[in-house]
Amino acid sequence: MIGDAMVLVAALRDPATTRALDAHGWTALIAMARAEQLIGTLAHRLSAEPVPTQVSEILDDARSNAEHQKRSALWEADCATRALADYDGKVVLLKGTAYVAAGLRAGEGRHIGDLDILVAREDLPVVEAFLLEKGGWEWVKEDAYDDAYYRDHMHELPPLIHKDRDRMIDVHHTILPLTAGPRPDAWGLLGASVKPSPLQGGGLGEGESTASVGQLDSPPSQPSPQKRGGLYILSPTDMAIHCAAHLIADGDLAGGLRNLWDMHCLLTEFSTTDSDYFATLQQRATHHQLWPAVHRAARLAHELYGTDIPKEWQGWYRQDKWFIRRLTARDGWGRPTRKFTRLIFYVRSHWLRMPPAMLARHLFTKWRKAKDKI
Amino acid sequence: MHEFRVQVGPAAFRIGSRWRQPVEQLAALYADYPKPEIPDFTVRLDAPSLLRRFLRKSVAINGDFMLPDAVPLPFGQALLAAEMGMNLQMALGWRRHLLLHASAVEREGRALIMTGASGSGKSTLSALLGQRGWRFMGDEFVLLDLDSGAATPFPRMISLKNEAIAAMQVAAPAARFGPLMTATPKGDIMHMVPPVAAITRMAESAQPALLLFPSFGHLPAVREVAPGENFMRMTQASTNYVALGEAGFRAMTRFVKSVPARAIDYQTGDEAIALVERLWERLV
Repeated sequence: MIGDAMVLVAALRDPATTRALDAHGWTALIAMARAEQLIGTLAHRLSAEPVPTQVSEILDDARSNAEHQKRSALWEADCATRALADYDGKVVLLKGTAYVAAGLRAGEGRHIGDLDILVAREDLPVVEAFLLEKGGWEWVKEDAYDDAYYRDHMHELPPLIHKDRDRMIDVHHTILPLTAGPRPDAWGLLGASVKPSPLQGGGLGEGESTASVGQLDSPPSQPSPQKRGGLYILSPTDMAIHCAAHLIADGDLAGGLRNLWDMHCLLTEFSTTDSDYFATLQQRATHHQLWPAVHRAARLAHELYGTDIPKEWQGWYRQDKWFIRRLTARDGWGRPTRKFTRLIFYVRSHWLRMPPAMLARHLFTKWRKAKDKI
Repeated sequence: MHEFRVQVGPAAFRIGSRWRQPVEQLAALYADYPKPEIPDFTVRLDAPSLLRRFLRKSVAINGDFMLPDAVPLPFGQALLAAEMGMNLQMALGWRRHLLLHASAVEREGRALIMTGASGSGKSTLSALLGQRGWRFMGDEFVLLDLDSGAATPFPRMISLKNEAIAAMQVAAPAARFGPLMTATPKGDIMHMVPPVAAITRMAESAQPALLLFPSFGHLPAVREVAPGENFMRMTQASTNYVALGEAGFRAMTRFVKSVPARAIDYQTGDEAIALVERLWERLV
């Protein structure tokens, strides 16, 4: 039995490693890739590899599905643009939708679920009203405590779901919960955001990679108004910082191998087009109080996916091996493994998210509500 | 994990079970089916918790594709859990054909397709016709080829419900049946092994020639279904129409334009079969 998801990591890092797989190995690899929502990415990586016939059919399905997800994600972004046509602030696409809108390598074959957008915090009531009244979105759940919790302490509105299309939208006003330690410069994220290049697959245009605070959007290559004209994406440095924040500084590393693959692709692609990228990234990450998260994500990407990072960034930190144990905790049936490690990271995610007294209060309220339901 | 593998039409499954018994039951029912080397899908019959592994045992349906709020089934319904798990993989994961939630039988290379809500009798009708000179192709999914429009069989175990169980035991006394599962979320259920030809010829597709929307419990009647209405109903009956994009649209429009469609009402199996034969005679 294959012990953990290192076989998936190896296949993504070097597709040629799959040539050694037998039927059993392929079966495990596919189950793991599906469980980690990396099957589309894997299919993309293996598109030039000789694979057994049954496998090539499975990978074709995965590529066709990724195409569908990309289409749906861009369509959702279009729908949001129309609902927000009368909103004059910036609407910044985040994560998967941003990657495919910009034609970035991180978007190739990527699984995309919800639509994530970032707007100015003081505009949340306006944006919310437009989405509810003009867009056809509605609240997922009506629960006074959860609602108040989101609004007071989180980095996003409570999730909205579209009543016909059954798709969720997360409206962010920053990239980490307000109760977390680091306080990223949300205003700076918006200020430095850029228009996605209209050339699919072309990556971002030149001259957009320096993302100093307050920089205005870059003027060249305006897409036509119908094509997500009102939409922006984070600057190249902020995009990697958000990816690292999401992976390392928030949450329990569920879906971590995928987020780390995003990190690998972003660092690789941006550093290829901009020789100062890593230096700017470190500066910018420090400004957002997220350098430790970016540094760790870059080290893990280097270790697992072989990402090319600066010499000074390399090195080994004692806790990194725990992150790797957690990231690869998956067996050949697609089941989660290493329950204890998972539990530790689950506890850690709450610890990161709020100070102890608040955590106790939060858990007590949740417990009381669960008890009332029974 | 106890493991069982089976090939049903073009789709290959691996089913893992925390317990031995469900795998043995599946192996007995699917004894005549091929065993694939590399499965398209993995289904897992897991224990929802450590406690439920031993005490008041119940089965959680997991796998490559899962529903977030799926309710575990009692251990006695593990075969139903496996069936639901396999259906779910097809419904959410299959992209090689346009997938219709329908049953189908074949005669002389042409396929009769029947679709409708649960309780319409599409499954029972296909099983009955399978005993009367038609080749049974499937009672759950019909797979339409995206280029040729041909229907590919998906002849998994026939899933008989409620009154259909006794009716089929009379109509097909020689067939092999699984254990009776009572009081499932879908009523009483018993699986029946499809006729031999359905299994040995499961790679043989057939061109769709007639589409029926059966409806059980009304006086016998036939109503023509125009392509427009047919299109709307079939997009509802397909689980991957949207995901296939343009290819799905092309396959669906070709299907509704080229295949005549009728809604039929009936009160007994004999009535339905007489109606089907008459329509087949007239329209095909």
